[in-house]
Amino acid sequence: MITLNQVSIQSGSFRLADISLRIAPGEYAALMGRTGQGKTTLLEAVAGLRDVVAGSISIGGRDVTALPPALRGVGYVPQDLALFPTMTVAENIAFALRVRGMAREAIATRVADLADWLGIAPLLARNVRQLSGGEAQRTALGRALAFEPKVLLLDEPFSALDETTREEMHRLMHRLCKKTGVTVLHVTHSRSEALALATRVIEMDDLMN
Amino acid sequence: MPNSSASDKTFRTAFALLGGSYVLLLVLLLVADMAFASMEQFRLQLGKPEFLYSIQLTLLSCTAAAALSLLIGVPLGYGLARWRFPLRWLVDGLVEIPVVLPPLVVGISLLILFSLKIGGTSLDAWLEAHLGQRMTYTVPAVILAQFTVAAAFAVRTMRVTFEQISPRVEQVALTLGCSEWQAFWRVTLPQARRGMLASFTIAWARSLGEFGPILVFAGATRMRTEVLSTTVFLEFSTGSLEGAVTVSLLMVAVAMVVLLVLRRLNSEV
Repeated sequence: MITLNQVSIQSGSFRLADISLRIAPGEYAALMGRTGQGKTTLLEAVAGLRDVVAGSISIGGRDVTALPPALRGVGYVPQDLALFPTMTVAENIAFALRVRGMAREAIATRVADLADWLGIAPLLARNVRQLSGGEAQRTALGRALAFEPKVLLLDEPFSALDETTREEMHRLMHRLCKKTGVTVLHVTHSRSEALALATRVIEMDDLMN
Repeated sequence: MPNSSASDKTFRTAFALLGGSYVLLLVLLLVADMAFASMEQFRLQLGKPEFLYSIQLTLLSCTAAAALSLLIGVPLGYGLARWRFPLRWLVDGLVEIPVVLPPLVVGISLLILFSLKIGGTSLDAWLEAHLGQRMTYTVPAVILAQFTVAAAFAVRTMRVTFEQISPRVEQVALTLGCSEWQAFWRVTLPQARRGMLASFTIAWARSLGEFGPILVFAGATRMRTEVLSTTVFLEFSTGSLEGAVTVSLLMVAVAMVVLLVLRRLNSEV
C-alpha cells in the first residue's frame, strides 16, 4: 500500500502542493498527465529520491517520509532503465541481493529463477550494453524485483519499445502482478497502456485539484 | 573513404594541413635536438650518477604526485560534478587557479606558505621541530610542488568524467539498498575507470614538465632534489647546451614510454 498525505514537493521554481493519494495493496495504478505536470517528480518522492517539503508518505503502513531510498523497500524502474553498464545481466539482477549480503548460492538460485521467469536466462553472462530494448527492460525489471519489494515504481519504462515488444512486456507485467501481488505505481503517457495494465487510472489533474 | 565529393576533399585537405603543420613543428623540434646532440654525449650523460638519480627521482616524484592528484581529484571532481553546496562557485574558481597561473607563482606561494612566520614560528620550522623534517628544499617539496599544479588538472578531468556518468544509475542503486558511498563505490567508480587513468596520466605528464615551482620551492640540488626538468636547467645554466639538449631528448623518451604504457592500459580497461 502507498499513501501520500498532503505531500508538497519543491524543485527549483516547480512546485507540487498538497498531493494526497492512496493505492491499495496489490493495486496496479497508472499515473497519467501532461508533460511537465510532475508525474516523475511524484514517483521520485515515493522512491525517496526527492525530498518533500510538507506532508507524509507511507509504504505498507510505515511512514517513510524521512527514510533514505535504501530503506523504503521499493523496486524502481526509470524511463532510461539506468542499467549498470559495467556489469553483466546476472550482476545487475543480483545487485540488491549482494548489497544485502545474501549468501552466494542463494543469490545464484534467485537470479537463475528470476531470469528463467523473465525469459532472459540465456543472457545472464552478457554485458547489458549488448541487449536489445526488450531484453534491457526485462533485466531492469529483474533487478528491481530481485529483493522482492512490496511496491514497484515504473517511470514510463516501455515507452521506447516497438509495439510487439511492448505487448510482450504488458503480458509479463500481468503475470508478475498475478504471481507476486506487488503494488504498482506506473507513470505513463499512453492511455492504451494504462487501460491494458492498470486496475486504476489516476490523472495528475485530479490529484492537483 | 568512399563517395567523397570535391568539397569533402577540400575539407579533409584543409584539416590535414592545419593539423599536420603542428605535428610537423613538433617533429622538427625533435629532429633539430637530435641533430644537435651526439651519441657520445648520450653515453656521457647516462654514465653520470647525478643523471641516474635525477631519472629515479623524476619517476618516483611524478608517480607520487599523480597518485595524490587522483586521490584528491576523485572526491573533488565528484563533489563539483554532483553536489550543489554553498560557495561552490568559489571552489570551482579556486581549483582552476593552478591551471591558469604561471607555475612559478605556485612555487613562490608554496615557499611563502611554509616560511611565513605566524606567532613566532613558520610551518617549516614547526614541521622540523615536530617531525624532524622541514618541507622546503627536500624531496617531499618536489612532490608537493608537482602535486599542487597537477592536481588541478586531475580534478578537472575527474569532474568531466563524473559529469558524463548518469546520476540516474546511482539513484537506482540507492533504491536497491545502497548507501551513497556504496552506490559510488559499486556503480559510479567502475564507470569512471577510464577517466581515472586519463586523470592519472595528465597529472603524471604535468608533473614531469613542472619546473618553476620545483626550482623555487625544492631547489635544484644535485643528488637531492634534482629532477629531469631541473637537470636541463642545471646543464643549460652551466653553459652545456649539448648536455641540456641530451637530457631533454632522454626526457622525451621517458615521457613517451610512460605515456604509451598508460595508453595501453587505457585500451584494456
